[in-house]
Amino acid sequence: MTTQDLGANIPTRSTQAGWAEQAVAEAEREGPHIGREHLSREQQVMERIDRARARKARVKEPRITLSHGAGGKATHNLIDAIFLEAFRNPELEQLSDAASVQVGSGSNQVRLAFTTDSYVVSPLFFPGGDIGELAVNGTVNDLAMAGARPLVISAGFILEEGFPTDDLRRVVASMAAAAKAAGVQIVTGDTKVVQRGKGDGCYINTAGIGVRERPVELNAANAAPGDVILVSGPIGDHGITVMLARGELDISADIVSDTAPLHELTAALLDAAPATRMLRDATRGGVATILNEVAAASKTAIVVDEESVPVRPEVRGASELLGIDPLYVACEGRLVAVVPPEQADAALAALHGHPLGDGAAVIGRVVADPPGLVLLKTTFGGTRIVDMLVGDPLPRIC
Amino acid sequence: MRFVDEFRDAEKARVLSARIAELCEPGRQYKFMEVCGGHTHTIYKHGLEDYLPETVSLVHGPGCPVCVIPMGRLDDAIAIAEEPDVIMTSFGDMMRVPGGRGSFFDSNAAGADIRMVYSPLDSLKIARQNPDKRVVFMAIGFETTAPSTAMTVLRAAAEGLENFSIFCNHVTIIPAIKAILDSPDLRLDGFIGPGHVSTVIGCRPYEFIAREHGKPLVCAGFEPLDILQSVYMLLLQLREGRCEVENQYARVVPWDGNPKALRVIGETMELRPYFEWRGLGFISQSALQVREKYAVHDAERIFSVPGVRVADPKACQCGEVLKGVLKPWECKVFGTACTPETPIGTCMVSSEGACAAYYNFGRFTRERVKEATRA
Repeated sequence: MTTQDLGANIPTRSTQAGWAEQAVAEAEREGPHIGREHLSREQQVMERIDRARARKARVKEPRITLSHGAGGKATHNLIDAIFLEAFRNPELEQLSDAASVQVGSGSNQVRLAFTTDSYVVSPLFFPGGDIGELAVNGTVNDLAMAGARPLVISAGFILEEGFPTDDLRRVVASMAAAAKAAGVQIVTGDTKVVQRGKGDGCYINTAGIGVRERPVELNAANAAPGDVILVSGPIGDHGITVMLARGELDISADIVSDTAPLHELTAALLDAAPATRMLRDATRGGVATILNEVAAASKTAIVVDEESVPVRPEVRGASELLGIDPLYVACEGRLVAVVPPEQADAALAALHGHPLGDGAAVIGRVVADPPGLVLLKTTFGGTRIVDMLVGDPLPRIC
Repeated sequence: MRFVDEFRDAEKARVLSARIAELCEPGRQYKFMEVCGGHTHTIYKHGLEDYLPETVSLVHGPGCPVCVIPMGRLDDAIAIAEEPDVIMTSFGDMMRVPGGRGSFFDSNAAGADIRMVYSPLDSLKIARQNPDKRVVFMAIGFETTAPSTAMTVLRAAAEGLENFSIFCNHVTIIPAIKAILDSPDLRLDGFIGPGHVSTVIGCRPYEFIAREHGKPLVCAGFEPLDILQSVYMLLLQLREGRCEVENQYARVVPWDGNPKALRVIGETMELRPYFEWRGLGFISQSALQVREKYAVHDAERIFSVPGVRVADPKACQCGEVLKGVLKPWECKVFGTACTPETPIGTCMVSSEGACAAYYNFGRFTRERVKEATRA
């Protein structure tokens, strides 16, 4: 069964993988576990892994790959090692959906929220929405998750030579409708056209400003043991809808994107549960990514009960066929809230009181140990870890 | 979801779990190998080990199609992808597998045209749409996926699509199991047989395992209750002193396999004299190549393939993990140099790989997980 058995036929030319040898050498330099001999070997390994995970982010790849845009570990590394490293400041370091900006002082002080997001979804039109609606709702939601009331947004277009004008009209009309529905105005903008083949029809960037009228402090680091995790409705509709709309899979299902402006929902939630620790809309990377961010920022563990996570049967079925976990699939109109236990009932009632939250559910809770970890109690009755996503199951979903 | 939920019923699992515990002889340790990566994935995804007594351990075998591809072979594929006018197509799992000089993803970022497909037929579609390009399908997998590759070659031949070829890396399961059985440092009590492969080859080819090597094998389905039941059936054989091949997955697996699928494989492919397996080394008669008759669809004949072996780093112990000699965490580089983001060994790349499954789904000691999830 080994090389020797086969005689002279085996290719003898061989080389080494330089990158792998280097990675091994680096890991070996970290040295043995002095002073940790009392731990079992498995525990020592786990500690070593913890240290490896806590290492400073680095981008080793010589070129950007699609994983850098997937919202998982590679995206986090890219942001930490390249953007944060260059732009570092206390506001940016929080890596929240929207930055907090204060204008004026004393009683004249106004607290603003400021955010930006780009949209490259393919296809541009999909059941339940299109890139224009997404571009408005996405930015409205980033402001809403900061506890702000959206005021104004900008719209930047990168159009490809040859893009049908009628399609642009459609996109712009749905942006106008979405802005009206969300009570925001599009007050500034920009247009660029690139040569045919240098863009994919139409990309949109939006930025938004909102005003933080509530005295709430939302920060993933505030999550504490005992807190309750809520989602505002069935997860994964948007990601699966867009995936199926590409027509590459010959699967069809009766689902539409969940894209929606969530500012009214967050307002109702924060009125009912002002001690809410954190809000996030579950876009790229899905609910699992958000929960990992919360666990990492607050140094707590999160235990999710798979059975209580709302997922439509169509989404479950399609995910099962595609071999992906709905917990990682993007939504565009669902939020995750972390709420202290005493306000959990009020928060859930507030979500249920709004049409966009009528499918809301408690899906898990925060515990103390093991810090930084998201655990899932499976429907089958077992347990497993839900880690940050690696690789990209569904590129260009928003 | 019908036909799925029935096989994930926690109540039935509890009953099975109790029966499994009853069958274990006190003081005896049991080691069963699940050969197929699909089983490894199910075990971790559903947290199935929580239902097994501590004396029963599952060893993750070599049946992950991505994990067994050696780095040199991937370099060959990338060399093909970098030839002029080539569109390389691949299953998504393969995209992140690192070769000696990077992965398909890296090569794509550097300018090659490498596309993810869900089926070889999608690749054929790309060939039809791009008559001026040479479209290559990176064919990987055991007997499970070989029939669909074979069908695609036949269809390409029927349509005269001469710009379509496959880079054939199909492997066969029996020589891999033999390599494991011959490994001196292994102690196993039985096998959980690969259900999907068996839909094609049937159960008969495993009979030598029971007859000559004295190890029972139960061919198993892919839902968590399937695997629990298979563990139960293996323990029952041991308790009753039997040593047989049994078919737990009879709802899908015919005892004699699928003659039609075997016929199309035989029509288009033949055994290679030898093939390198990651971690297991060169194994004779263990992989398939395209027959001469379909040479026009064989990338290895069309392109010049470098064929340079890439040695695994010494610290990488994929081979021991694949053979079940080491638990994933016992490998020297597990979780430090080798992580799902920067996998050194292929066991860390595919979600079916033993290391990636362990890293993602079971990284923390069971005691802490149990404590945290106690209601």
